[in-house]
Amino acid sequence: MTPASDESALALAEAVRGGERTARSAVDAALEAIAGRDPELHAFLHVAADEARASADLVDETVRTGMDPGPLAGVPIALKDNLCTRGIPTTCASRILEGWRPPYDATVVRRLRDAGAVVVGKTNLDEFAMGSSTENSCAGPTHHPLDPSRVPGGSSGGSAAAVAAALVPLGLGSDTGGSVRQPAALCGVVGMKPTYGVVSRYGLVAFASSLDQIGPFARSVADAALLLEVIAGHDPMDSTSLDRPAPKAGRSLEAGVDGLRVGVCDELVDDTAPDVCRRVREAAEDLAKAGALVEEVSVPEIRLGLSAYYLIAPAEASSNLARYDGVRYGLRVDAPDVSAMNTATRTAGFGPEVKRRIMLGTYALSAGYYDAYYGKAQRVRTLLIRAFDRVYEHLDVLLGATAPTTAFAIGERVADPLTMYMSDVCTIPSNLSGHPAMSVPFGVGDDGLPVGVQVLAPALCEERMFQVAAALERAAAARAGATDKEGAR
Amino acid sequence: MSAMGTRAERAVLDGPEWETVVGLEVHSELMTQTKLFCCCRNAFGDQPNTNICPVCLGLPGSLPVLNSHAVELAMRIGTALHCEVRPSSFHRKNYFYPDMPKDYQISQYDEPINVGGWLQLPDGSRVGIVRAHLEEDTGKTTHQGETGRIHAADYALVDYNRAGVPLVEIVSEPDIRSAAQARLYVTELRAVLVATGASDGRMEEGSLRVDANVSVRRVGAGAYGTRCEIKNLNSLRSLGRAIEYEAARQVALVESGGAVAQETRHWDEHAGRTVPLRSKEEAFDYRYFPEPDLVPLAPDAEWQARAAGAIGLLPSARRERLAGLIGRAPTPQQVDQVHVLVGQGLDDLVVAAVGQGAPADLALVRATNELAADLDAALALDPATFGRLVEMEAQGSLTATQSKAVLAELLAAGGGDPAAIAAEKGFEALSESSLAAVVRDVVDANPEEWARFSAGEDKLAGFFTGQVMRATGGKADGKAIAAELGRLRR
Repeated sequence: MTPASDESALALAEAVRGGERTARSAVDAALEAIAGRDPELHAFLHVAADEARASADLVDETVRTGMDPGPLAGVPIALKDNLCTRGIPTTCASRILEGWRPPYDATVVRRLRDAGAVVVGKTNLDEFAMGSSTENSCAGPTHHPLDPSRVPGGSSGGSAAAVAAALVPLGLGSDTGGSVRQPAALCGVVGMKPTYGVVSRYGLVAFASSLDQIGPFARSVADAALLLEVIAGHDPMDSTSLDRPAPKAGRSLEAGVDGLRVGVCDELVDDTAPDVCRRVREAAEDLAKAGALVEEVSVPEIRLGLSAYYLIAPAEASSNLARYDGVRYGLRVDAPDVSAMNTATRTAGFGPEVKRRIMLGTYALSAGYYDAYYGKAQRVRTLLIRAFDRVYEHLDVLLGATAPTTAFAIGERVADPLTMYMSDVCTIPSNLSGHPAMSVPFGVGDDGLPVGVQVLAPALCEERMFQVAAALERAAAARAGATDKEGAR
Repeated sequence: MSAMGTRAERAVLDGPEWETVVGLEVHSELMTQTKLFCCCRNAFGDQPNTNICPVCLGLPGSLPVLNSHAVELAMRIGTALHCEVRPSSFHRKNYFYPDMPKDYQISQYDEPINVGGWLQLPDGSRVGIVRAHLEEDTGKTTHQGETGRIHAADYALVDYNRAGVPLVEIVSEPDIRSAAQARLYVTELRAVLVATGASDGRMEEGSLRVDANVSVRRVGAGAYGTRCEIKNLNSLRSLGRAIEYEAARQVALVESGGAVAQETRHWDEHAGRTVPLRSKEEAFDYRYFPEPDLVPLAPDAEWQARAAGAIGLLPSARRERLAGLIGRAPTPQQVDQVHVLVGQGLDDLVVAAVGQGAPADLALVRATNELAADLDAALALDPATFGRLVEMEAQGSLTATQSKAVLAELLAAGGGDPAAIAAEKGFEALSESSLAAVVRDVVDANPEEWARFSAGEDKLAGFFTGQVMRATGGKADGKAIAAELGRLRR
């Protein structure tokens, strides 16, 4: 691991802004780390070395001329490859987007550049973000940084692994059913999904539009807050973007949890592996020790989430992915007429999981089935939102596991989609409700691999959520310190 | 037309037993500066694929943002058609087509912005409006090959300039009973759309497109017959011909013991017939679902009022205004004149001329007969100029013939002073005394004809009028000559 990239984004940006470090040196260090480690990890699908060095030089030039280079000055960042980057390939890990270079930057990418961050490359994902292990990539899987035989989680596994392996201080992913939080938990980094509408989706290649949110990966809660503050805020290019300023995620990190009402949610704990469950209980105990009012709470509607999700997400995906028809961009497989060309292109261009979800979604929206499937799933979604509203009347945040298990072995769940779908059972409810949620590393499981604890909060309560996350981070560090001391003794 | 068509047509025309039932779907492009969901120019006739961006090309990651002016124009249309303007939402209509960039169309489905109105036609009939909703247009495919026909094409070119252009689809009730009424409906609707400022009404440029749902039933039957939807109606002429053909086809089918199959048919303008496009079984399952990239649309009362206030004078109001100038019940001929003038957009000119003192009856006649001959020039004419000319004629300073000649000159020159042109042409109406002298000279020169005329042979009035006209070089007024002849004969 390279010490240069191992430092926090906050410290690095501070050093670059103060002229103590150059952005160029930080970016060169990240590129070197990627060159050294990525052949084994396969976190990156594309490394934009030349563009990154040029951007870094621009940041350094800004510093030299005395202008403000922005809050992320010189910080290398990895982007999930479903975020559009002008002139840089954007593939969604799908053959169907082979060779496509977007003519525009996603809003988050533009905001990152404006803040002085430097995009070093595009990271691996499950094709079109459909999966929980980053195995559904046309370019092959990403490996877990702590155990190459395991998956990093998914679908944003590339960004999670890149941050966990300290190739870069920051990464961006997208979270439709847990695709930021679950790999963050498995890789042992911080990952969060904002309230729906807090971060612009413009330039995020859509999977399920009503569920998709872009979220940050970082190795600390403070860094995640900094990144969220940069990418969040109203965007007129996204009609679902909320017309309000970015949340002050980093404002209350030191405020503690004294008097906060925390509900440990049965449904987000009960069905998890015993070692994962134990960590969540410990986290709750630590919060209570820090003054939080902790209680057990049941939100039965959460159990309906998975089924509703697997109707709504594929339904929207079936429509969102219709445009990959071979007519305008990406792959085209020639055939005698347009319809045959469409079929040949889509047959060759999409992987099996994407095809499975397109078929599921097409079926769910079909005439005569709409009410029974899509319509009913939407009603379940409303039930779930009401259930959350109800518990948040007397609770400030909810606590649970992020994923039911620690990182599993590559190949272990590929043949069994339903078991794979279960990986997202704890994260999906927040996508359906549109509420914010984040995963904080909290110790390890019996296998020594990271466990993530999830904090859920009401809509637009990112600041409170980060406040609790920061307390958990301190508690986890305290436990680790105690263990180290024990070990040393 | 085939023998079948002719026979069936006779059944429709002669037999009282069949009735044609038509409902129309009219797509009108809205005259916005930019497209419905992006900032690209909304313009007809530009170089292909120059008015495009990631949004209207449906590039991965792009998102739609609703154009508020399009919403305003849609509300104006709804208000003009007496619809209820309501909170609405957008859906996705999913089907694959190369000129549709996202392979779905963003349209309004179960919650359209305008519902339940009506349009009163100039003949007094009223056609119900089911809905008038917002949606986006597709691109345009041109099939390239020797014949220009789809199936024989070597390849196709797609122009996405039109993709994302705002449309309002106006769906009528099946209240229309003939091809003529369908044409009248589209003509009146077109005028309403132009009056609201929503459309330029140019059918030839495709900014107004019509699909017709046609069925037939026996007169007196309660239930509607099975309908066919006719597409590719690019002109009023096509619309009328297609409905007549299709009704005849259906009658012939039913009379020969067959049944009409619900299907979509294509109007072949060249062959003059409709041909099957796809059957009900082949119809797309559009898999409508709420568009998650857009939020519900709920214009407040203030915005609705602003939209309503921006509507220009509607054609029915224009007709009333023009007819009102006449000052008494208009004759059937004048009713026709009023319709024609409003249809041609000449009513503002006539109203202004009358406002400045020109007599309404004469202004109507001159406008209908002379102005209509050169519409573009007439629409550019200064109303005051036209008013002065009509006044001169009314006061007898110009004869009808002279007035027409001066008006022609005004139109050709793009304006001018009517009095100066009349003087230049030597058009000075004869004074009463000099006309009397000329008439007397003519009578003296033709004693035999005068005797017969005096004996009651009225048709000789024409002979004398011609003689007087010749003698005066056309300066005399026909009516004045007749009056003088009458006076002498007495």
